[in-house]
Amino acid sequence: MSVNLVGLALLMAAVTYPFRAIPLFAPTKDRLPPVVQRYLRLVGPAILAALAAGNTAFAEDAEGHNAFHLGIEWIAVALGVVLIAWRGNVFVGILAAAVLVALSRAVMGV
Amino acid sequence: MIEQGASSAAGSSNADIAAARRDLVLASLGFAVSGVGFGLVYGLAAREAGFSVIEATSMSVFVLAGAAQFAAVGLIADGAGWPSIVFLTAILNARHLLYSAAIAPWLGGRPRLERAAMAHVLTDETFALSLAHFQRLGRADALGFWLAAGFDSLSWPIFTAVGVIAGQLIPDPAQLGLDVVFPAAMGGLAVKLATARPEVAAAVAGAALAVVGGIVVGPAISIVVGGFLAPIAGLLIEREGEPSR
Repeated sequence: MSVNLVGLALLMAAVTYPFRAIPLFAPTKDRLPPVVQRYLRLVGPAILAALAAGNTAFAEDAEGHNAFHLGIEWIAVALGVVLIAWRGNVFVGILAAAVLVALSRAVMGV
Repeated sequence: MIEQGASSAAGSSNADIAAARRDLVLASLGFAVSGVGFGLVYGLAAREAGFSVIEATSMSVFVLAGAAQFAAVGLIADGAGWPSIVFLTAILNARHLLYSAAIAPWLGGRPRLERAAMAHVLTDETFALSLAHFQRLGRADALGFWLAAGFDSLSWPIFTAVGVIAGQLIPDPAQLGLDVVFPAAMGGLAVKLATARPEVAAAVAGAALAVVGGIVVGPAISIVVGGFLAPIAGLLIEREGEPSR
């Protein structure tokens, strides 16, 4: 069994791990300037919203490229977001979003 | 300032913590179901690109970053060289710098060895769930972090291996609607974190930059750019609300 690509996996991990680790070993919050503390507090909503939008608005086209896409996924994600915000329960939101998309694709093929 | 060390008991009772952990586990299970589906698909794609089960699974264990791994499989299939794959991985995973920086104030009090291990499992899902969990409690909760990380970090490599071995037997996760689990959860958690105008502005700017930037330069890069730049919109709103001198 081939193990050649394990080396590639290790190299990929070697460039990923510092991003994940360095700030965890940097000075703690009290020693950061106030503006940096405020910036970091805003990173959570900013990056999560960017991930949500980026993963909803784009889909692979027939040639395998990521292209802007309008579809039932937008409604499903909006439904999930509203339910999570309203009920405070992530599981309910993602379940509703997945069921809506699965049903739409099964019934209407969208 | 709220004490954010894991040892602090301020801000939440035992009942609050139990309820918050229960919700965290439920949400993690939702992500895990999605992770199972896409782990299988990733394993199958890796096998078709020529990966052995050891190679595909080791990538899921060591890298633990789906987007970069799918990109790597595609590039290997196209015959790309390792340097280009490693470079692309660094670009795609640069957003983890933000996760680590944002969560560091909560976990700064943990032992160094534990933080080193926490860093390895700091994925999109672990970050989102942990940060929302900590903010709900008003303090860090190391067990909560490990609960969030555990489901994600275990299901992904296990089902990568299953995907390599038997991936052709499973249905397309998209047929089950699993492709919207990730964005729905991320959007919902963003809304939960957006408790004041600056946070709302940062979230709206992040979403807008991801979409507009995605059209211009592609979604992978625009998400990273949105994560770095959008908090500035929140800072500007915050500054506007301050009394003038």
